Amino acid sequence: MIEARGLTKDYADKRAVDDLSFEVHPGVVTGFLGPNGSGKSTTMRLILGLDRPTKGDVTVNGKHYREHNAPLHEVGALLEARSVHTGRSARNHLLALAQTHGIRRSRVDELIDVVGLHDVAKKRAGQFSLGMGQRLGIATALLGDPHTIMLDEPVNGLDPEGIHWIRNLLKSFAAEGRTVFVSSHLMSEMSLTADHLIVIGRGKLIADTSVADFLAGASKQLVHVRTPQGAALREVLAGLGGTVSDADAGLLEVSGLTAEQIGEAAAAQSIVLHELTPHQASLEEAFMDLTRGELEFAATGEEAA
Amino acid sequence: MSAIAIPGSAFRGRVTQARVILSEWTKLRSVRSTRWSLLVATVLTIGFPILASAVISSHWNHRSPAERVNFNPLNPALIGSQIAQLAIGILGVLVITAEYSTGMIRATFTAVPKRLPVLWAKAIVFAVVTFVLMLPSVLIAFFSSQSILSARHASYSWSHPGVARAVIGAALYLTVIAVMTLGIGTILRNTAGGIAAFAAIFFVIPPLMNVLPQSWNDAITPYLPSNAGRAILSITHDPHSLAPWTGFALFCGYAAIALVVAAALLVRRDT
Repeated sequence: MIEARGLTKDYADKRAVDDLSFEVHPGVVTGFLGPNGSGKSTTMRLILGLDRPTKGDVTVNGKHYREHNAPLHEVGALLEARSVHTGRSARNHLLALAQTHGIRRSRVDELIDVVGLHDVAKKRAGQFSLGMGQRLGIATALLGDPHTIMLDEPVNGLDPEGIHWIRNLLKSFAAEGRTVFVSSHLMSEMSLTADHLIVIGRGKLIADTSVADFLAGASKQLVHVRTPQGAALREVLAGLGGTVSDADAGLLEVSGLTAEQIGEAAAAQSIVLHELTPHQASLEEAFMDLTRGELEFAATGEEAA
Repeated sequence: MSAIAIPGSAFRGRVTQARVILSEWTKLRSVRSTRWSLLVATVLTIGFPILASAVISSHWNHRSPAERVNFNPLNPALIGSQIAQLAIGILGVLVITAEYSTGMIRATFTAVPKRLPVLWAKAIVFAVVTFVLMLPSVLIAFFSSQSILSARHASYSWSHPGVARAVIGAALYLTVIAVMTLGIGTILRNTAGGIAAFAAIFFVIPPLMNVLPQSWNDAITPYLPSNAGRAILSITHDPHSLAPWTGFALFCGYAAIALVVAAALLVRRDT
């Protein structure tokens, strides 16, 4: 369980996180979504007590991260920026971190095998590829078998097999009742793993909703209609309050009406339809819609609603 | 790796100062450049005095009577510590700044978010390692150089007044440098800046004092960290230097200030 209340972080020249309040609950995968530079990594650093908030507060499992006596057992974190001494082997890196909590060597070796770094465990971390670095970071996060797992862009640099493994890992952790908080700037990735979404733009909260509601609430619910009687249908649909635009020759793109409404209206007027396809906005489109609005608000200096 | 489930772990340990010390020991010994620097410091601390004594001994007959009378057998014995202080000082800075430059500090502070145990552990581990390596090194350097010089009847015995204090003092001096430079590195968080500050304090500022009027120079120089610290290595009394233990106490005070300022900044600053 992660709780942020009015979390705000100012750096010298800009506000990176702006009055952010949210809760991350156990048992589901919560996606933390936002464009690059929107404040996701800063928020995660604030959660871990690496940076101090300018205003507001954030707790993990009921306490500030710094107040935990065994933080690695509470939160396992993978930060986006590399956090490994390049001159030290993967095994010694994990061992040094494990020793702060008295975690045994056998646990370190176990995790090295689990993340598939067995063959390179004695190699210096500076020689690791991006993907190997991510695997080492994930092993670090799992050291303390934590209640809460927080990963910043975990699939970056991973091969398809590794990406698949991460998705399964996140889902199984959530299924075990743990709190899973994972950031990404890729909506497609979130649509495959997350149950709940926290969306931010320019450091501000844009949405805190389930993935299903996020899609349903997206402003563009489009229906593609193909008809030989375009002009007639246009008139009918406009009368019902729909917005019609030409997507292609003979293909109309209708918003503001459901496929059922369009089909029934066409039948009542005896208009022939060759195609009637409800087109749900993708998570990507929904997200672009939301953040575009946010960027406009920010640009004109108005407060976002 | 898709087929493997994550094994759980029933173990629940908490962070203690002793565990953080063990962790810092693992960190120190597991970086190749650290091991090499310490080995080089040890070899030079022992090797240089032997070399210097051999050279002095072979040229002894070319020395003027005045040179022979003024010769201080302790000088070649402790010359190695001059070189070792460079290696120890740079390592002291790197022990912390390498964590900042590589990003390791984020992993370190995620594991130990209270932070201060990390600073104390680094200070204890690096100070102990320095003393444990340097004490035998200066002892070996003293006894081997004096046995070479004894052929010329130009050596000190261990029981000569002040000798034991000066030789052991050399190891203590290097140990305090270890702690002081860790403090400097923590304050500056930057390898180049830390090494520059260390070099300025120990190698640049002392000779610059010579441009001051003599009375100012005499009044200020004894209180500079390097001069105060090296008072313990001297057995000849210079009216313008501090007494050995007074100087060493002041030197320890400087190191303590560096560490306390470092600690205060460490808990406040963002990472």
